[in-house]
Amino acid sequence: MNAATSDSPRIGVYVCHCGSNIAHMVDVEEVRAWAEETLKGEGVVVARDYKFMCSSLGQELIQKDIRELGLNRIVVAACSPHLHEKTFRAACEKAGLNGYLCELVSIREHASWVHTDKAAATEKSKMIVAGGVKRVRYDEPLDPLRVPIHKRTLVVGGGIAGIQTALEIANAGYPVYLVEREASIGGHMAQFDKTFPTLDCAACILTPKMVDAGEHPNITLLTWSEVTRVEGSLGNFQVTIRKKARHVVEDLCTGCGICTEKCPKKVLDTVFEAGLGYRKAIYTPFPQSVPKYPVIDVENCTYFVKGKCKACQIFCPTGAIDFEQEDEETTVEVGNIILATGFQTFDPRRIPQYGYGRLANVFTSLEFERMSNAAGPTGGEIVLRDGKTKPQSVAIVHCVGSRDRRYNNYCSVICCMQSLKFAHLVKERTGAEVYNFYIDMRTAYKGYDEFYQRVLSEGVNLVRGKVAEITDAARLPGEEGKLIVQVEDTLAGRQRRIPVDMVILSVGLEPRKDAYETAKLFGISCSANGWYTEKHPKLDPVATMTEGIFIAGACQGPKDIPTSVAQGAAAAARVLGHIQAGEMSMEPIRASVDEARCSGCRICNGLCPFNAISFHDDRRVTEINPALCQGCGTCVAACPAGAISGTGFSDAQVMAQIEGLLWDVRV
Amino acid sequence: MAHSPTPGDGLSLLEAVERKTPIPSRLEMCIQCGSCGGSCPSAADMEHTPRAIFALLRAGMDESVLHSNTPWICVSCYQCMVRCPQEIPITDIMYAIKNIAIQRGAAHKEEAAFSATFAEMVESYGRSFELGLATRYYLKHHPLRLPGMAPLGMGMLARRRMDLKPTRIKDVDGLRDILQAAREMEAAQ
Amino acid sequence: MSAYLLYPGCSWDSSARAYALSTGAVCRELGLELRQLEDWNCCGATEYLSVDTVPAYALISRNLALAARQQNGAKTLTAPCSLCYLNLSKADYYLEENPSLNEKVNRALEAGGMHYQPGTLEIRHLLDILLNDVGLDTIRRHVTRPLNGLRVAPYLGCLLSRPDYRQRFSHPDQPHELDLLLKALGADVVDYPLKTQCCGGHMTQIGPNTAYELLRRLLHGAEQYKAHLIATVCPMCQLNLDAYQHDVNRHFGTRFATPVLYFTQLMGLAFGLEPKALGIGLELVGAREALAHIGVETPPPAQAPQRGRRRKKKSEGLPMPSMPEDDQS
Repeated sequence: MNAATSDSPRIGVYVCHCGSNIAHMVDVEEVRAWAEETLKGEGVVVARDYKFMCSSLGQELIQKDIRELGLNRIVVAACSPHLHEKTFRAACEKAGLNGYLCELVSIREHASWVHTDKAAATEKSKMIVAGGVKRVRYDEPLDPLRVPIHKRTLVVGGGIAGIQTALEIANAGYPVYLVEREASIGGHMAQFDKTFPTLDCAACILTPKMVDAGEHPNITLLTWSEVTRVEGSLGNFQVTIRKKARHVVEDLCTGCGICTEKCPKKVLDTVFEAGLGYRKAIYTPFPQSVPKYPVIDVENCTYFVKGKCKACQIFCPTGAIDFEQEDEETTVEVGNIILATGFQTFDPRRIPQYGYGRLANVFTSLEFERMSNAAGPTGGEIVLRDGKTKPQSVAIVHCVGSRDRRYNNYCSVICCMQSLKFAHLVKERTGAEVYNFYIDMRTAYKGYDEFYQRVLSEGVNLVRGKVAEITDAARLPGEEGKLIVQVEDTLAGRQRRIPVDMVILSVGLEPRKDAYETAKLFGISCSANGWYTEKHPKLDPVATMTEGIFIAGACQGPKDIPTSVAQGAAAAARVLGHIQAGEMSMEPIRASVDEARCSGCRICNGLCPFNAISFHDDRRVTEINPALCQGCGTCVAACPAGAISGTGFSDAQVMAQIEGLLWDVRV
Repeated sequence: MAHSPTPGDGLSLLEAVERKTPIPSRLEMCIQCGSCGGSCPSAADMEHTPRAIFALLRAGMDESVLHSNTPWICVSCYQCMVRCPQEIPITDIMYAIKNIAIQRGAAHKEEAAFSATFAEMVESYGRSFELGLATRYYLKHHPLRLPGMAPLGMGMLARRRMDLKPTRIKDVDGLRDILQAAREMEAAQ
Repeated sequence: MSAYLLYPGCSWDSSARAYALSTGAVCRELGLELRQLEDWNCCGATEYLSVDTVPAYALISRNLALAARQQNGAKTLTAPCSLCYLNLSKADYYLEENPSLNEKVNRALEAGGMHYQPGTLEIRHLLDILLNDVGLDTIRRHVTRPLNGLRVAPYLGCLLSRPDYRQRFSHPDQPHELDLLLKALGADVVDYPLKTQCCGGHMTQIGPNTAYELLRRLLHGAEQYKAHLIATVCPMCQLNLDAYQHDVNRHFGTRFATPVLYFTQLMGLAFGLEPKALGIGLELVGAREALAHIGVETPPPAQAPQRGRRRKKKSEGLPMPSMPEDDQS
């Protein structure tokens, strides 16, 4: 193993204070002196410390030493490579040293931030530096991989975030596939009546965007479709999309709606109407659906169930109904992918003491959105479940299923504002007495607290307390025939029972049921509760750890419309950056198989998260496609024969680093 | 009967309660949502809701907590505990407050006396004895209420649903040894 | 059928005699052997825990130690009283969760020559055993006199499903176990929203006014939903609702007359057993009138009262959300 030394190593060690981030818990000067003295035998020529190594002055320090002392290896002991590995590699390149001959070891995340004993943290930092020095001796010069970027982009999810993303990219002149599972784009926003805090009509601001997306020459709309397979990597993904049979020939359909009108089968609409209204078995989810083509719900269509009817086909003036149509699969090539798959709402049947499903006049927020929508099942009338009685008193319950360790242990962000919006709408349209029950009022962001003030001025009763139960078991005369909301009014310090006619549960936001499967399909990660994980929570909120795959909107965590739109646009900007650059450089960290040592056991075959491994039956050996490999190292670790090695993570490098880390336990 | 001395006298009430609660009290996690006070079936008779008790505990207003009737009105139904979004073992905390109030001599006399009478009965016989408990407790604390209880008692006796004599377990000495050792253990902590 | 150890609790042979009689009769019928724990002591109810911590857990754990010693192959210790059941399972669970408490309690037990390793026993309520070990199918097979037409409010009280340390019940607020069992007996089970609300526990003794209000709510609720009787699973609930019903009426000027029977008594009736052998008649609020509703060959269609509750699907107005049990029926 003499890979290290075609030239004998001349190593420079640079220890960063990171202001006080490192220096408060690690004696930086001691680490420096130790490295210079003790690691001399490992080839360390110079060791320096500096307040901020990442500053231009810090970088110049390294560059000067490379030139003047003839350094051929660099170890920087500072923060996580996630943050500044690129910085220091670039600095080396500028001084004429291949960037991959520079190692960044973390004495901040791995030492100063996680320890409380300065002496111990200092000792540990020395070992970390020793690991870096031992390892860097085996580093080899590498060149980044250049990948051309395909100009087409895939956007998954046709809610407001996905629509925004698609439009931004399309408007910049590049083609987009917009895939949507339902029959129309629009997402949850299309179900809403008004949007907080300005009370714009949701449809009025959304439908123009939907139409734009539907008619845009650069957007290929694939509704009633789902992604079934993803291969490839940044710049060149191959994505297979299943177009479910609509049973309506899009080229022939004029969207006249006669089929829907003539269809005799009424079906409870649990998707768009949230279970509060009906649709036909052949339907468009709502009048402004984009595209205008209906779909046949084969589970409920009389023809599909009983073999006769065909009313839609008989009356269709253009002969567009095709009962024989089958699902189709198409594969598209794209350079980047944006996931905007959104959220689902919490099912309040999980909290039986709130009575949803048992007590007729307990509604969910989504049901209320449909009820208050002029195009909804009640024509915008706010009424009880009997369909006619106006409520005289309404309770609105915040935080249903949110901020609760028994259900979802996070704030769903939108519920406070949504509930205040409901309070305003109920007041405005019915004049009913309104009670909002909240734990903490969260009205951050522009115009939100002003809206809260407005609702207060309208005479809404705000009760601070998490609702304990909702019951129809009357205890006192005034409670007969009512729903009783039992709560502690925490500001008054008393339990109250408030009889009302109607209750609206502001249910929380949850990741979609299949969020985890979707994440796996696209090779990204999600948090324990299923929200997609961004590359950096503050500085890289729309990128993921997988190059070329971005996220936007509520699939990343609960968020309102303005933030979803902003994220959609942000993700588009990132993708456009890639497309404009034409090609991107990728880490040359790849795994490769030494065929002579591969026993053909295939243990690695199923493990690759990027489908980069294939098996040659004829030669009984495994091969790794470098274009797909992301260098994660899973196969390297799994190979029982040690036949797979990772560039930049060779056995020699890893063993040397471990040896360094164990410096103080050497016998 | 003899009570264990207060563990670690000189502790704040909050600390004492945390030590007495058999699983982590999580009182520091209370978000004051009032799920407990809203759920409590007997909240109407309480001077403070459980939520308010926790706020007082954290504010160091120990006397208000020790003298509050709240833990004594608690019917131990666990409704608050299963609904608490922060999974605070509220019922166990109420027991802990009662233990400490008794030890610090701040307990609500009547309610504490019932518990004490019950405990004495159990220590004498190893079993509880409804008739003995009722007569002893009422004679001591509510002699005037006793005649009012007579019809109920007669009804129960007539149906042989109330024993006239207590039952004593065989190894009552062993039980007393155990309880004595347990009290010493409690005092030693 | 395997044998179970029975921890009867202090009320078993006195105030809950009807429970003991009917449990014995029903178990004989089902071939279920309940072997009574020897020399058990009181679980301390809610009182002992109020007084002291370590002694309270030691008191409870003496029974666990006895049971572990006498188990003879039986892993399950069953308690018919919810309060005993809670205390036994609470001690078992907390000793497991809190090693320091476990150590202290076991050192105390040593003074009496005993020891208990938490987790050794499965502590289960009688209802759980009848429902999950015997099973609804077997129970249905034994029904010879279905309780058709008898409107029963299933009342579990607090401590069976709360806090439910080992998660044996379907929900802390709205468990459906008793409903399922009563339905298997053919009873007309009332959707009783107060099924796990508190009966007042010991407050009938020390704070009667607090307790009477809680009892009033339960009785009022049962009346509201037109229940002929209330079925209970706990001697404390039965005692409070039955023996104090008269006092509640006196206190509020009400006229409640709702009998309160143990679920095992209803099982025995459905199995065709003699009422007397089941302790029918030991209740203070007589059940005779209510029980006249059963034994009728074809009972008239139950007149469901208008409660403005769950609506049928076909009704006019807005549709109701579907419930999981809709799919089951």
